[in-house]
Amino acid sequence: MTLVKTKIGRRAFIRNTGLASGGLVIGFSWLASCKMTPEQVNNLPKEWFDLNGFLKVGDNGMVTIMSPNPEIGQNVKTSMPMIVAEELDIAWKDVIVEQAPLNTDIFTRQLAGGSQSIRQGWESLRMAGATAKQMLKEAAAQAWNVSADEITTKDGVLTHEASGNSAGYGEMASAATSIEVPEEVQLKENGTFSIIGTDKKNVDGPKLVTGKPLFGLDVYKEGMLTAMIVHPPAFGMKYKGMNADTVKSMPGIKDVFHFEVYPEGIEKQWSDQGGIAELVAIVGNSTWECMQAKKALEVDWEQDSTAESTAYHEEELTALLEKPTETPARKDGDVNAAFAKAAKIVESTYSAPYLAHNTMEPMNFFAHVTPEKAELLGPIQTPEFTEKTVAARLGMPVEKIDIMMTRMGGGFGRRLYGPFVIEAAVISQKMNAPVKLVYSREDDMTQGTYRPSYKVKFKAGLDDEGNLIAWHVRGAGTNDDLIFENRFPAGAVDNYLAEKHSLQTNVTTGAWRAPRSNFIAGAEQAFIDEVAEAAGKDPLDFRLELFDRAINNPVGDPESNDYDPARYAGVLKLVKEKANWGTDTGKARGVAAYYCHNSYVAQVIELEDGGDIPRVDNIWCAVDCGIVINPLAAKNQIEGGMIDGIGHSTYSAMTFKDGKPEQSNFDTYRLIRHSEAPKNIEVYFVDNGIDPTGLGEPSLPPAIAALSNALYKATGRRYYKQPFINDKPPLVG
Amino acid sequence: MATYTLNINGTKQEVDVDPSTPMLWVLRDHLNLVGTKYGCGIAQCGACTIHLNGTATRACMLTVSSVGDQEITTIEGLSEEGDHPVQKAWLEVDVPQCGYCQAGQIMTASAFLEKNPNPTDEEIEMAMNGNICRCGTYTRIKKAVKLAAKS
Ligand code: FES
Ligand code: FES
Repeated sequence: MTLVKTKIGRRAFIRNTGLASGGLVIGFSWLASCKMTPEQVNNLPKEWFDLNGFLKVGDNGMVTIMSPNPEIGQNVKTSMPMIVAEELDIAWKDVIVEQAPLNTDIFTRQLAGGSQSIRQGWESLRMAGATAKQMLKEAAAQAWNVSADEITTKDGVLTHEASGNSAGYGEMASAATSIEVPEEVQLKENGTFSIIGTDKKNVDGPKLVTGKPLFGLDVYKEGMLTAMIVHPPAFGMKYKGMNADTVKSMPGIKDVFHFEVYPEGIEKQWSDQGGIAELVAIVGNSTWECMQAKKALEVDWEQDSTAESTAYHEEELTALLEKPTETPARKDGDVNAAFAKAAKIVESTYSAPYLAHNTMEPMNFFAHVTPEKAELLGPIQTPEFTEKTVAARLGMPVEKIDIMMTRMGGGFGRRLYGPFVIEAAVISQKMNAPVKLVYSREDDMTQGTYRPSYKVKFKAGLDDEGNLIAWHVRGAGTNDDLIFENRFPAGAVDNYLAEKHSLQTNVTTGAWRAPRSNFIAGAEQAFIDEVAEAAGKDPLDFRLELFDRAINNPVGDPESNDYDPARYAGVLKLVKEKANWGTDTGKARGVAAYYCHNSYVAQVIELEDGGDIPRVDNIWCAVDCGIVINPLAAKNQIEGGMIDGIGHSTYSAMTFKDGKPEQSNFDTYRLIRHSEAPKNIEVYFVDNGIDPTGLGEPSLPPAIAALSNALYKATGRRYYKQPFINDKPPLVG
Repeated sequence: MATYTLNINGTKQEVDVDPSTPMLWVLRDHLNLVGTKYGCGIAQCGACTIHLNGTATRACMLTVSSVGDQEITTIEGLSEEGDHPVQKAWLEVDVPQCGYCQAGQIMTASAFLEKNPNPTDEEIEMAMNGNICRCGTYTRIKKAVKLAAKS
């Protein structure tokens, strides 16, 4: 067993009697003990935050475990409580899981993002379970007059073998409340787990398949009004005026007004990114009546800054790729000298469009603001930050703002940004009534906060033995600089130069599942294939060769490289074995590997024959994310991530004409569908006992490259421009 | 405004709404049956799928005035205890991720299996193609439909 100090400190445990009703309640500063990450995920706060949560033991032995983190489909509502239950030694069937509210008295901070929930919660979640178990043991020891060390626990039962005493947790729960929080607790050794590492189904499954209200959009309250917004039709426009009177008299309409979401001088949080300063609100009795009024309303907008089109973004990004940067992001050796003596040079440019998040549940939020308090309820990934802006905007102290989280119909990064929460609060305050703000699909898709558009140029040099001697990458993105300079192949090539540019645009952008990685991985891992081919080497072995270099003779300070080459090579070797790489199946195959969000993923994709874009037949996927808490849920996440990567790179794009989004619903914005999804997916985990890392994002980026490498094999043509469905060869003749 | 008596999940329900109101919003805003979801409003995503006389229908494009006394079944009425073979298969396979699209997926699948109890993979894909899952649960949906077909 591992003995750990409950270094979160005794202050971090709060006994909240209000929740106890005779049971034992442990409030817990979940993340106070967690190791901070050196990596900063794009567009997320620089600091990582404490979470908070608690468990309560009922007198019948049932245990309620609060799931502190927002549930966006990444299944933390099941997997985080599993970790607590493991150390508590309670049978999973006796656990009830509840979504914890945002409550800054009990909890500190709660956030979903950057695939960090499990990674950061690991030690502290275990400690929460172990601490409660220890207190129950102490209580039993006092009751039986024996030593706590002699008491064993299993499935919620305390046993003292020598004296023949035994009791359920419920019987000791009350006494345990007066036990001192222990100074240190035992954590189980990896390999002795009975809940962690087993398949546990989604705790909300039964509610989901019967249509129970779980989502923000399902919130209906007494006297509630519905609100919709009208935002500028194009980026770079602002509000000028409107004729609201005719619309105000439409059936069911209560009010139509212009309002400032972010007045001059208001202090914004990072979670306010993408927010539009001024909007028009339509408030009515029902959604359909608001939608009708929205159609009838005419609002005047005026151009405020450049009306940008997709052609403009592409030209500007292309121009940036020709421009050296003053200070490279990383420079090892001398690429130019190496290119001068290289036997072969390979050069390619890759690009991808803007993407919308398109969570299936559009943005929405319930707000009830009175002079005394503001009650807010809905799908938001960053309640702690949003709360501050709500307070500032309403002119109320933050203590009077209460944000509750619902289950979320998808996130993908979109719900890190909560301007819609502020909007709901302002509308409710103005109406002096409970209000649910609902974005139509069109509002949601054309609002902004997109995955940036990217372009990257690679140049590689090989010596006459096919060794990689030089690598130059220059990347650019809209409002984003794209390149992770210390990721592979940095450290594996003597002469290395990484440069990055960002193009400022008024089309708003934000984190989108696996930020930056979601493009650069696909480009880099496709380019590696081109280089391997030029070197006359098998693409998988070529990668392993580079990892060998990074393991045995790394370039520069190995600490400066973000990745662990041995773990990287590990997933490649595993996928090589599982896919029987190298045997001729008669089908086109591609391989790719990538590291992001602290996890390593390698994939082999095999295509069917035929079709414009041949369909994915098989995927073999190897993952190193350390200890897997819930293999069933982990596989689901990984499958979803790969389908997401394949779908978006093949079919999806947001484009703009004079600042106006050209796609506004699923008739024009194409998402992958059933008949286009991969037919078979096999997922394998590396079993290495390392502390768990991210799962929600890392499987997406490499899938794009494994697909494009397979497409090359199938069609004889490289795919440089996403979405691949539009990347057709020019018509000849 | 007009009054309609609707036959929903075997019960007669009266609503007073504008005749152009889609059944999606009648169910959600007026009858508190929120299992039927809004995803696109233009019959592109399938989140709002209900059964109209047993046929999978997009509630977002079905006006209340066109329903008459036809039988409507929503996800809430698919089974009394949540134990319809399709619902059971969904739980067995652990299909949902965020879960938002799943009521619509289940309604499409259950209507389809009534008509085609022994579908091929291709038939399943074609029947389900109008239902988008943004989380990418497609492979498990297919598994669950096949499992439900067996039972
Ligand atoms: S909401 Fe009806 S099909 Fe999308
Ligand atoms: S499970 Fe999230 S949209 Fe299907």
